[in-house]
Amino acid sequence: MTTDNSAGTSVDTPTLSAADFANDAASASLGDSFRAYVDRIRGGDMGALPAVLGLVVLFVVFSALRPDTFTSNLNIANLLTQAASISVLAMGLIPVLLLGEIDLSAGVTGGMAAGFTAVAIERNDVHWTLAVLLGVAVGALVGLVMGLLVAKLGIPSFVVTLAFFLGLQGVILKLIGLGGSVAVRDDVLRALTIKSMPVVMGWIVVIGVLASYGALLFWRQSRLAAKNLQRPPNALLAIKFVGLAVVLLAMTAFLSQNRSRVPTFVIEGIPYAVLVVGVLLIFWTFVFGRTPYGRHIYAVGGNTEAARRAGIGVDRLKISAFVICSSMAAISGMISASYTGSVSPGSGGGNVLLYAVGAAVIGGTSLFGGKGLIRDGVIGGLVIATIDNGLGLLNQAAYINFIITGAVLLLAASVDAISRRRRSATGT
Amino acid sequence: MTDHTLLELRGVNKSFGAVQVLHDVDFKVYPGQVTALVGDNGAGKSTLVKTIAGIYRAESGEFFFDGAPVQIHGPKDAAALGLEVVYQDLALCDNLDIVQNMFLGRETVTNGVLLDELSMEDRARTTLASLSVRTVKSVRQNVSSLSGGQRQTVAIAKAVLWNSKVVLLDEPTAALGVAQTRQVLDLVRRLADQGLGVVLISHNMVDVLEVADRITALFLGRVAADVKASETNHSQIVELITAGRSGDIGISAATANQSA
Repeated sequence: MTTDNSAGTSVDTPTLSAADFANDAASASLGDSFRAYVDRIRGGDMGALPAVLGLVVLFVVFSALRPDTFTSNLNIANLLTQAASISVLAMGLIPVLLLGEIDLSAGVTGGMAAGFTAVAIERNDVHWTLAVLLGVAVGALVGLVMGLLVAKLGIPSFVVTLAFFLGLQGVILKLIGLGGSVAVRDDVLRALTIKSMPVVMGWIVVIGVLASYGALLFWRQSRLAAKNLQRPPNALLAIKFVGLAVVLLAMTAFLSQNRSRVPTFVIEGIPYAVLVVGVLLIFWTFVFGRTPYGRHIYAVGGNTEAARRAGIGVDRLKISAFVICSSMAAISGMISASYTGSVSPGSGGGNVLLYAVGAAVIGGTSLFGGKGLIRDGVIGGLVIATIDNGLGLLNQAAYINFIITGAVLLLAASVDAISRRRRSATGT
Repeated sequence: MTDHTLLELRGVNKSFGAVQVLHDVDFKVYPGQVTALVGDNGAGKSTLVKTIAGIYRAESGEFFFDGAPVQIHGPKDAAALGLEVVYQDLALCDNLDIVQNMFLGRETVTNGVLLDELSMEDRARTTLASLSVRTVKSVRQNVSSLSGGQRQTVAIAKAVLWNSKVVLLDEPTAALGVAQTRQVLDLVRRLADQGLGVVLISHNMVDVLEVADRITALFLGRVAADVKASETNHSQIVELITAGRSGDIGISAATANQSA
């Protein structure tokens, strides 16, 4: 009915735009957006800010305590590789968390999927590509079954995934054998975490990513400007872009130095695991930020009933989120197996899952659903890996490590809960 | 105004198990008019709306849209005809912005997969402007930051975005303050003035008498009366709602007792 019908109210937009959607008019100034950002934070919407600040603090503290080891090229590269499996698992968990659900089995699912891959390669001589596909397929299958149980039977995801957490450990035990382990000796799989991209290739990838990102920002901004729709100030975009460019270029330069301790052997370049994380980050950010599918996931997390009434297939979305989570868990399990060089019955158990949930929450994803970004998993994964790595260098007893990581998770969950209360109070 | 009905229901019956909720309900919606649907709690108002919306299936009865007989088997059929319902408990997602809510479930895409944010924002703005919604500062603000009246406005704008012909509003002013009720009632009137058939369910007789052209009163699942708002008054409607009859209009005492 909007424009062409009946008398009276044909669209009088031009006269409206000035006053009525005042905040949308033209582009705001840098100061305005900064004030809006401060308001958002005070209103409880902190996003990844605590994680980024935490990362800075951790780096300062560990650099001060272990100046010669923590900031060495070798350790930083190692830290990034350590973070890779946590980040991938956390990125996988985020769709499930966005729905307000939880997957407690993700770590074990990853261990089991990596077990299938390793057994296929080592004991059955399957080519690594097929073995990796097998592992991901096993993960996806686990996710499908859990998703069906949650969506169709209506069992709380907490219970379903807890049952799988226990049950799948039995499957790994049967697969690998009590007390045994399967070595991961495949050249390609091992290279994922112990080899790095050639220096030139690293630069090409990083510069390519930056150029594409810059072009995308510019293109989107000019289209918004052409239609005079709401958009961030150009200066803000420039700051964001330059900030990202500085971080990525500095990291590449840092990793492009030879970090080998042995003069005869050169280790340089960006670890392949970092590339894998980057590709997954870009892919899922696109899916959850720019497609109707992603939008619907957020909608279900925000108000399931509203989503259902809008014609969204809630059950199918739930199932798909569990499939994504378990498939990503499989990839994470393989990265982890590549790093340790073997899969054992304990792979993916212990604190693996809590690290990943902690990473997502620290990064700014809410446990209450509806709020979070894929990048939270990567930022949070870096925080967790830094704590793990730094405490390891301090030669603390294992118990300190557990207590501190637990405390950090609790702190992040508290920040999440408090910010949620502030959001509902201030309505931002 | 006109004799031509936009939506007409004849002899609609609906039961939940042994309880018959709607008895031979006849209901008419005219273009350009606000039809108020009134009745006490449990009179069957919400059931009737959900039957029209395709959420419930009527056991018997005929539906006519624009004079032609139609079948409504589900919410999709209703939406395809141009019937939109704005529910009492607002069906909006707090964590999404106004544009995202208005297009929820029916997003515009480019290249098959990409959300077309530009055209969606443009259309949302045009629709809000055409409804003279002047209180929203930005169409990109989250719905959680809106007042009750603004949220109701967005829910209504969402319903009219899709070239709908009939909009059913279930208690749109129930939770609102005085000024916000004013906003929403003005909007309801504007919808009708644009030629839509508007159904307003309300408990508030002042609102109903002010904004409605016709009033259909339900009593225990039966239509007690279908009267012009200009030919009735507050006390008559209250009688129709509470007793099912008033003077010489309404259902007979015998029929009323039968369904009780």
